[in-house]
Amino acid sequence: MNVLACLKRVPETGAKIVLTDDKQEIDTSNLGFTMSPHEECAVEEAVQIVESEGGHATALTLGPPEATEQVRTAVAMQANDGVLLETEGEEWKPENTAGAIVDFVEQRESEGEEFDLLLFGNESADTSNYQVGVRVATELGLPCVTGIKDISIEGESVVAKREIPGGSEVYELPLPAVVTVKEGLNEPRYASMRARMQARRQEVETHTPERRTESGLEKIRLEAPEDDEGEAEILGEGPEAVPEIIRVLEDELEVI
Amino acid sequence: MVLCVVEHENGEVEDSSFEMLTLARDVASQLDTSMEAVVFGDGGDAIAADLGAYGVDTLHVVEHADLDGYAPAAWATSVSQVASHTDAETVIAPGTDRGHEVLAHAAAREGLSMAANCLEVTTGDAYEVTRQRWGGTLLEYARLSGETKLLTVAKNEISAEPGGDSAESAVESFEPSLSESDLSVRLDRVEESDEEGIPLGEARVVVGGGRGVGSAEDFDKLEALAEELDAAVGASRAAVNEGWRSHDSQIGQTGAKISPHLYIPCGISGAVQHMVGCKGTEHTLAINTDPEAAIVGHADYAVIADLHEVVPELTEVLQNRP
Ligand SMILES: Cc1cc2nc3c(=O)[nH]c(=O)nc-3n(C[C@H](O)[C@H](O)[C@H](O)COP(=O)(O)OP(=O)(O)OC[C@H]3O[C@@H](n4cnc5c(N)ncnc54)[C@H](O)[C@@H]3O)c2cc1C
Ligand SMILES: Nc1ncnc2c1ncn2[C@@H]1O[C@H](COP(=O)(O)O)[C@@H](O)[C@H]1O
Repeated sequence: MNVLACLKRVPETGAKIVLTDDKQEIDTSNLGFTMSPHEECAVEEAVQIVESEGGHATALTLGPPEATEQVRTAVAMQANDGVLLETEGEEWKPENTAGAIVDFVEQRESEGEEFDLLLFGNESADTSNYQVGVRVATELGLPCVTGIKDISIEGESVVAKREIPGGSEVYELPLPAVVTVKEGLNEPRYASMRARMQARRQEVETHTPERRTESGLEKIRLEAPEDDEGEAEILGEGPEAVPEIIRVLEDELEVI
Repeated sequence: MVLCVVEHENGEVEDSSFEMLTLARDVASQLDTSMEAVVFGDGGDAIAADLGAYGVDTLHVVEHADLDGYAPAAWATSVSQVASHTDAETVIAPGTDRGHEVLAHAAAREGLSMAANCLEVTTGDAYEVTRQRWGGTLLEYARLSGETKLLTVAKNEISAEPGGDSAESAVESFEPSLSESDLSVRLDRVEESDEEGIPLGEARVVVGGGRGVGSAEDFDKLEALAEELDAAVGASRAAVNEGWRSHDSQIGQTGAKISPHLYIPCGISGAVQHMVGCKGTEHTLAINTDPEAAIVGHADYAVIADLHEVVPELTEVLQNRP
């Protein structure tokens, strides 16, 4: 089984999101970066499938040179190799990202390497467009299902489950296929220090993709939603607050 | 014409579809045009009155011999065919798993752009849309162009309001022409889960635990408190990543969305990705050692205390109440 996991580098925002003055980006001058959570599960799944079925797990990102950091994290999680589709750091639109991933997959195919399973996140954490995986599948003519929280390989197919209230929907797709996943699919491993050191030495295959189209969705600016921050009523400090908590639960909140 | 993809369960329209219809009606009235809807599955005709009340003139019920269950690509192809048959200038779907999936397929097939999770739309040659990014922690103002505009509507953000002339929608059946590849992915079966207890999303009271809880065992303290309050127990991503709770209990951007009467976050700092899962909460009572924690700013009530002391003490007093 050859499995491709596509991941994105996103800022690790905390208690408050600060925007740049031109409101085009999140101000990342004080932030670290991480891999989107859904995609961490995609990488973990790719590695687990290869561990049980044999084959090769490839982690790919499209982003600035710094995004090799997230590819290396995937390699430290035991992906066999890493690929960077290098950009100048500007935000790529989903059509263009999908196009670049398709070009990469087709190039690998022409070199005789086919991916049996292509894993994506259901939506990227930052732009949340809900479409790169579907667009890649459509262009490659592959079957696709989104929002998956359970994957098993059964012979020549992949059985994928999507959570619904009270249970799950089950889909069975012939391989090769595209599956987009959600956090909760598995428990991504923590890469050991040793694995991280080794990953630092791994070569990351780098390509510079062409942008194919200009998309019809154009960002004008970002805005942080209004803060609902008010003054909390402090009920007390330490266990002495208990009688006051009881009073509030009973009289004001009416939950007891 | 504005074409709406409506989801229903055996003739009962989903709330998210009513919310979507409310925004769609606004778009239709800006364009001074009509609204039509496309539905799949048994019971489609039963919703004609409901949709009429939301301003839908015509309801296209998709019928095809090979289409008896959900099939994302086949639904997308059908929606595109209804759209071109009716000359729709806009196609709108709810921001649900299926809504996003079907519209993304339609966009990919037709080479169109799509704007996910919109809150507001101003029409024009290009549309100006306000949409959610980062699971709702950020808004994006964007311009959507293309021959047909495809967009989904964020869930739980717009209050559903009937309107229009409230006559029952006219029902028309539509037979799409589907290829084998359209039908290669279909819902195979539904499995019921054996989960017990109150689902997080429905609980009236939720007790949440974060990194401050410290261990899986210490979550027992929160369980005991929850029992006294008929509450469900949730967690932050930090607590889930530590392996103290399963992902089912995670609240936030990549977890469950809760809307309880009361939320009691214990040892949770209040990161934006956590708070976005608690938007529907009416009252928050935070327990945290740090009076400067962001969660205190979001709360109505706060107790500045070590949760390991205050939670058991509170539980005991509740247990001993007459
Ligand atoms: C793309 C993305 C998606 C994310 N999605 C989610 C999500 O869905 N849900 C989510 O929760 N997070 C999510 N996160 C993570 C989020 O940014 C925070 O890292 C996380 O919520 C922090 O969890 P926490 O509050 O438990 O931990 P911390 O931030 O470490 O806070 C611990 C808190 O406990 C308090 N405390 C410590 N000891 C005690 C004690 N003894 N008694 C009382 N209080 C104590 C501290 O004062 C502190 O406020 C996401 C992050 C990213 C980048
Ligand atoms: N820049 C990128 N590099 C690699 N994969 C990406 C990138 N952007 C999006 N993806 C993948 O596509 C999924 C859906 O993204 P989106 O359509 O932006 O919500 C993500 O979860 C990733 O798996």
